[in-house]
Amino acid sequence: MKEELTCITCPLGCRLVAERGEDGSLAVSGNRCPRGAAYAREELLAPKRVVTATCRIAPASGTRRDEAAPRRVPVKTSAPFPKERVPELLAEIYRLELALPVARGAVLLADALGSGVDLVATRSVE
Amino acid sequence: MRELRYDAVVVGGGAAGMAAALALDSRGKSCAVVDREPSLGGILLQCVHNGFGLIEFDEELTGPEFAERFAARLADSRIATFLGATVLEIAEEGEEKLVFCVSPSLGGLRIRARAVVLAMGCRERNRGNIRIPGTRPAGVYTAGLAQRLVNIEGYVPGKDVVVVGSGDIGLIMARRMSWIGCKVHAAVEILPYPSGLARNIVQCLRDFSIPLYLSHLTTSVYGRDRVEGVEVAPIEDGALQPEKSFRIPCDTVLLSVGLVPENELSKGAGIELNPTTGGPIVDSTLMTSRGGIFACGNVLHVHDLVDYVAEEARRAGLFAADWLEGRRPRKELRVKVGPNLRYVAPGKVDPSRENKLYMRTMIVKNEALFEARLDNAVVKSVKKAHIQPSEMLSLSLGPAELERARPDSMLELSIQ
Ligand SMILES: Cc1cc2nc3c(=O)[nH]c(=O)nc-3n(C[C@H](O)[C@H](O)[C@H](O)COP(=O)(O)OP(=O)(O)OC[C@H]3O[C@@H](n4cnc5c(N)ncnc54)[C@H](O)[C@@H]3O)c2cc1C
Ligand code: SF4
Repeated sequence: MKEELTCITCPLGCRLVAERGEDGSLAVSGNRCPRGAAYAREELLAPKRVVTATCRIAPASGTRRDEAAPRRVPVKTSAPFPKERVPELLAEIYRLELALPVARGAVLLADALGSGVDLVATRSVE
Repeated sequence: MRELRYDAVVVGGGAAGMAAALALDSRGKSCAVVDREPSLGGILLQCVHNGFGLIEFDEELTGPEFAERFAARLADSRIATFLGATVLEIAEEGEEKLVFCVSPSLGGLRIRARAVVLAMGCRERNRGNIRIPGTRPAGVYTAGLAQRLVNIEGYVPGKDVVVVGSGDIGLIMARRMSWIGCKVHAAVEILPYPSGLARNIVQCLRDFSIPLYLSHLTTSVYGRDRVEGVEVAPIEDGALQPEKSFRIPCDTVLLSVGLVPENELSKGAGIELNPTTGGPIVDSTLMTSRGGIFACGNVLHVHDLVDYVAEEARRAGLFAADWLEGRRPRKELRVKVGPNLRYVAPGKVDPSRENKLYMRTMIVKNEALFEARLDNAVVKSVKKAHIQPSEMLSLSLGPAELERARPDSMLELSIQ
């Protein structure tokens, strides 16, 4: 089976063709450099994404806050996260209600969904 | 009115303003940063996605993380910050500049300084700028405004979205809207190629099976009170094909059709602007047509990477420090914008030192040749594997290339 994809490792954006052999091997062509083959392998066999989102702040948290203060806390996964489980992770993220203050780098979900990846705050919010 | 005095005032506390202020501080100049928002960071604070800082910090950060790292350096310095304070006017009085600010907590404030660094960033082109006909229903937002609503204010502008344009902010917002449970039906681009990065096309559109219509014009937005959809028609061989037009129903339209430097203040100060970039015309020291007023970051020309913004702003801060010490270039050469380039910033170089120039091309090409010629002799040439208008190019030129320059020499940059 042939699959086409665009390498995003550098701005050249090579068009890659990957062919899966009977034995599960993957032959990649169209790449101008070896990074393209590595990209195709990861993207087809175990795609991952860094997930960024924002979380709700618990209503009672932080006594009267400035009107201009942010109403969401931005978050990210500490490393790329398995792509097919992103919707599940997002559901977890949107269930969170954070008590203030939150410090940048604070771990909000440790080992999220057993992936080995943490969810961390990316901004300090008081 | 309260009055304060510093060596320099930086207008805007985004990446550019913070980097410029830190450079001034490193040279022992007293300096104040004024920003109308309640926190330092500028546009970075709403860019919660990652992809910032690969050059500056050698790691991939989100916008708020990048902003906080710089803000922490300011907190450790002697730099004064005035937040929630809007600069209304920059005037001159003899050797000094007067920067007028207002804020709800301070009221009116006048800051005197011998140097000013402009770092006001840019704003988005809106519907009026690109003239999409149709009704004027609610539900049309610029992508950056939607980004602020969603990421900072926690407000979801709609459920069924069409993105007009394919700039990076629009692509990033297509993913953000998808991740918060909205349906993004299409991105519509007038040009035959996307204006955003390949990585964003893959991770923000294809990951969600969002169709990208290239060479398609958004001919109208329709709906009475609320947007009900857009009408789109293909462009074939340069001609619009109205009979092939079709409708995409949606309740929200996000415009991602470009950015323009924010220069109302500069105009008020009598600073000359470059019609191509929309930013001030600057010399080899990033100084505008008004002596002692410098510009950097998106207010000078629109950058795609914050790392370049910080690099340029640091130079602007150092040049402002030079000015305060009475040091000016002895000789400058004008840079001519040659074939296939849209602009070069700054528009002058100082042949006695290294100069970093940023520029944009107008063409998409693989295996391009980037050349600098001094009086028609090639002094530097660089091969580029790939160039496109959405990716800013840079080039360094110094004494090695420019030593033979005469006062009337011409330096031309071009792409072949
Ligand atoms: C929406 C968007 C998405 C981006 N995504 C990426 C990305 O993924 N990766 C990347 O590397 N780069 C990205 N960039 C580019 C990069 O982040 C920006 O170019 C950079 O942060 C701009 O910095 P700046 O300081 O020039 O402007 P800004 O951050 O806009 O700062 C300008 C500041 O000036 C203040 N100001 C303006 N006028 C006044 C006034 N009259 N008085 C007081 N204060 C004033 C504003 O409040 C603001 O804080 C993005 C840019 C935008 C616009
Ligand atoms: S294959 Fe190599 S050259 Fe081609 S886009 Fe990927 S990283 Fe760049």
